[in-house]
Amino acid sequence: MADGPVAELLLRRLEASDGGLDSAELAAELGMEHQAVVGAVKSLQALGEVIEAELRSTKRWELTVEGEEIAREGSHEARVFRSIPPEGLAQSELMRLPSGKVGFSKAMSNKWIRVDKSAADGPRVFRVVDSMEDEVQRRLQLVRGGQAEKLGEKERSELRKRKLLAEVTLKTYWVSKGSAFSTSISKQETELSPEMISSGSWRDRPFKPYNFLAHGVLPDSGHLHPLLKVRSQFRQIFLEMGFTEMPTDNFIESSFWNFDALFQPQQHPARDQHDTFFLRDPAEALQLPMDYVQRVKRTHSQGGYGSQGYKYNWKLDEARKNLLRTHTTSASARALYRLAQKKPFTPVKYFSIDRVFRNETLDATHLAEFHQIEGVVADHGLTLGHLMGVLREFFTKLGITQLRFKPAYNPYTEPSMEVFSYHQGLKKWVEVGNSGVFRPEMLLPMGLPENVSVIAWGLSLERPTMIKYGINNIRELVGHKVNLQMVYDSPLCRLDAEPRPPPTQEAA
Amino acid sequence: MPTVSVKRDLLFQALGRTYTDEEFDELCFEFGLELDEIVPPEICCLLGGDSAFFTIETTSEKEIISKEQGNVKAAGASDVVLYKIDVPANRYDLLCLEGLVRGLQVFKERIKAPVYKRVMPDGKIQKLIITEETAKIRPFAVAAVLRNIKFTKDRYDSFIELQEKLHQNICRKRALVAIGTHDLDTLSGPFTYTAKRPSDIKFKPLNKTKEYTACELMNIYKTDSHLKHYLHIIENKPLYPVIYDSNGVVLSMPPIINGDHSKITVNTRNIFIECTGTDFTKAKIVLDIIVTMFSEYCENQFTVEAAEVVFPNGKSHTFPELAYRKEMVRADLINKKVGIRETPENLAKLLTRMYLKSEVIGDGNQIEIEIPPTRADIIHACDIVEDAAIAYGYNNIQMTLPKTYTIANQFPLNKLTELLRHDMAAAGFTEALTFALCSQEDIADKLGVDISATKAVHISNPKTAEFQVARTTLLPGLLKTIAANRKMPLPLKLFEISDIVIKDSNTDVGAKNYRHLCAVYYNKNPGFEIIHGLLDRIMQLLDVPPGEDKGGYVIKASEGPAFFPGRCAEIFARGQSVGKLGVLHPDVITKFELTMPCSSLEINIGPFL
Repeated sequence: MADGPVAELLLRRLEASDGGLDSAELAAELGMEHQAVVGAVKSLQALGEVIEAELRSTKRWELTVEGEEIAREGSHEARVFRSIPPEGLAQSELMRLPSGKVGFSKAMSNKWIRVDKSAADGPRVFRVVDSMEDEVQRRLQLVRGGQAEKLGEKERSELRKRKLLAEVTLKTYWVSKGSAFSTSISKQETELSPEMISSGSWRDRPFKPYNFLAHGVLPDSGHLHPLLKVRSQFRQIFLEMGFTEMPTDNFIESSFWNFDALFQPQQHPARDQHDTFFLRDPAEALQLPMDYVQRVKRTHSQGGYGSQGYKYNWKLDEARKNLLRTHTTSASARALYRLAQKKPFTPVKYFSIDRVFRNETLDATHLAEFHQIEGVVADHGLTLGHLMGVLREFFTKLGITQLRFKPAYNPYTEPSMEVFSYHQGLKKWVEVGNSGVFRPEMLLPMGLPENVSVIAWGLSLERPTMIKYGINNIRELVGHKVNLQMVYDSPLCRLDAEPRPPPTQEAA
Repeated sequence: MPTVSVKRDLLFQALGRTYTDEEFDELCFEFGLELDEIVPPEICCLLGGDSAFFTIETTSEKEIISKEQGNVKAAGASDVVLYKIDVPANRYDLLCLEGLVRGLQVFKERIKAPVYKRVMPDGKIQKLIITEETAKIRPFAVAAVLRNIKFTKDRYDSFIELQEKLHQNICRKRALVAIGTHDLDTLSGPFTYTAKRPSDIKFKPLNKTKEYTACELMNIYKTDSHLKHYLHIIENKPLYPVIYDSNGVVLSMPPIINGDHSKITVNTRNIFIECTGTDFTKAKIVLDIIVTMFSEYCENQFTVEAAEVVFPNGKSHTFPELAYRKEMVRADLINKKVGIRETPENLAKLLTRMYLKSEVIGDGNQIEIEIPPTRADIIHACDIVEDAAIAYGYNNIQMTLPKTYTIANQFPLNKLTELLRHDMAAAGFTEALTFALCSQEDIADKLGVDISATKAVHISNPKTAEFQVARTTLLPGLLKTIAANRKMPLPLKLFEISDIVIKDSNTDVGAKNYRHLCAVYYNKNPGFEIIHGLLDRIMQLLDVPPGEDKGGYVIKASEGPAFFPGRCAEIFARGQSVGKLGVLHPDVITKFELTMPCSSLEINIGPFL
């Protein structure tokens, strides 16, 4: 069946028409609301190519309600004039007529009437002329007859000022036959229903086309945090490379494990109040492995194991000071110490990814806490070439293949090297990690055999994540000020996949 | 990492050739330096110039700093390009133009490393006598003399700048060592290093026009942007360190300020250098660095005149030490550590390029390395190995994979966390990542708990209230996350699985992490049934059946200040309490600047391993 009686009528008229028809004219011909015709046009448009409809807007002059009345009954001044008999009329009486007030002044200014103020029973109004032309009524009748264009601009605006005329914009459709024109349009089904399936009626039914440009409805789901998605990928990479995860579930650490065990001298700037969060409660570590502590003390203050040492007065109190660990290397030190106690030595590959804390000045890329990624390999006879080889494999899994190594200084590694990769976007070498071979002064007091080398490297989790997800302000990523919409919208973390090209200037 | 600013043209002149910025950057990279910034002339001018070329003759560090801050206009700065070079923190010998140039020239084999000599004076040796009063405040002092030095404006500036760099780095902001340099011709030895009551010390300090007592000075310098940072080193001590000459002239009141009387200028010819400190080793290193760097400009190049220091026990020592030490390293050890195969002769050559004069001796596999006084960073054979590797070129080393065979294991707690996170998201909750540090208010006041009841660990030196304690619960972080995302459509369903910290005297450090799982539901209705359902789902995932039997879980009516009365339950699983769930108290909601009802759940997942 057709899509309603109006649409059916419209199609029939259109078939008979020569080229097309106007929706407003059709409404007038059919004697119905224009809106009803517009509705029919729209429903036919939705069917596809049945009709073509072009929106047109036309301006038209229409009479106001008062204008209609004047066109019918004459202007107020004319009505005043007609109501005055030859013997005149008392002004007070005239003013009581419906058109009295407006009509009186207009008729006066037209010089159709006059007032005799000397009359015995108050002012009296008399005709001045015998007859007059009601120009206002004539003009309004012209407009009503659709001949507004016969009036001059000045005349129209005068009538508009008197609120007798109004200009209206009319939106109409010029409707013509579409490429699939037919008068027998049957109603399209919107969706397949169980009834249609069971009755088989779907075979005979036309279905309304889908708008594939519209967006779908997003599934109702939870989302993982982007930084932790990246963390998962780094864990995966380490596991693929055969690295065992170290326990790092101790944010609180003693200065001993965080610094002294790493051969970081007690006057080192990193141990300054300005760089490290120390604890007020519990202020000091309760237990330290005292045998090992003695060896560490000796190495710092006097040297040993082939080292000159730092030659200063090493203090146990300083080592006892509790702090929030400044790196996960403290956990690596604990793991290596445990390893050293197991005889005979067995080679290991370790990794960890966890939070570390720095009492630093905060900015767009630095927070007081961040995640450190660390990899460690301990084996006999490891070389700098091995470290670079492992780094190459690790970074290749991150999709970073162009590497370069720069000599650097870390208190607990020697040799040390910073890892740089060529950044295609920035067109320069950027630092992507830090690495080195742990110093013998760190390893030998633990009890590791002399010919065992330990290579290690570290990087932050936040930096690659910010680059990966194009985030400039770290607070939008980490902490409670996170932008949840960003979390909802963030794609999978595929580190080795080609990144999406950055938006171009035009797009931005 | 210290940054050294040098004038580019001066640097190139000293290097005997010019480089493009790229070439010089490459050279730095190879040598382990970093060309951090190139400051074009117009910027130098805007900045008021760097202290490397301040123009007024002064030794006041305050003025240097104020110049760095651009308070004083640097004249003649407009045509100078500056290189800012990052130097490794342990290479004190590269902290000035002289050292940088020497290091690079030796590296490029354009010069041989100079040999530094300590010589006795023709006349009487300068003596510095330490009295026992210094023992409690700043017990060590060393001294030396640079004789017949010839400064220019640039050399003089570099001399001042090196002292500042040493003060900021190895001297630990003067706490460990403080340097004083004096015009020897204005003084007469022997000198006395002693400690006196502040009211008994009176002198005209550098760049002041009248005398002040030490008490007055400490007050004046409280508002000095530069010196105020050093006052704390001696401020509360009964005695202050001070050095006098034989006429009672004050040379310096270390580590705060020198006397004006002996201040050095571009025209000074003979310099008396004293370093006082609490770390004897570092004081000796600092003295060695200053004299090795600037003896280049002495009439007898690279010679330093000795000074005698008499300790309170009566023993005399002569400084600077300028000690050359010999180390023996086998060539195959270097090859094995680096992963290269170089002949011993080549390795000796490589090391010599790194300012470590080396030769092959003995069986032809031994390398004897001479460690000069400038290389205090060489304390172990591994430092020598690194230098060989740098000279060989890190990027020339063949990359190989170690044959270390290992089976990987995950840390069980992290493994469980990873599994749970994915199913929490599958259950419709979104993961938050909040800070482990927070304010006391967050974990106590805002949750209606007294801080002493939280067993939280407290930070002693937080810069702001955001870092007062380590969190004892994940809930505040999630509520703050909601507060920051109130514009997001409701309901908000968040979770986090992360560590909290509780004091625990059974651990070696006295505190312990616990892995918590916390979830919140925030909507127009409290949604207790949703949080309860989430708990049921979590227990299902953990394979914990409902019921009170051993191994099962139940929730029992409970109470807690954070929860609405009658809307809180404690969660028991596998025979122990693991957490709570409930509808949050309106006071809690309000204190976290929220407006909707909210229910939450927080459990310790440790027991489910």
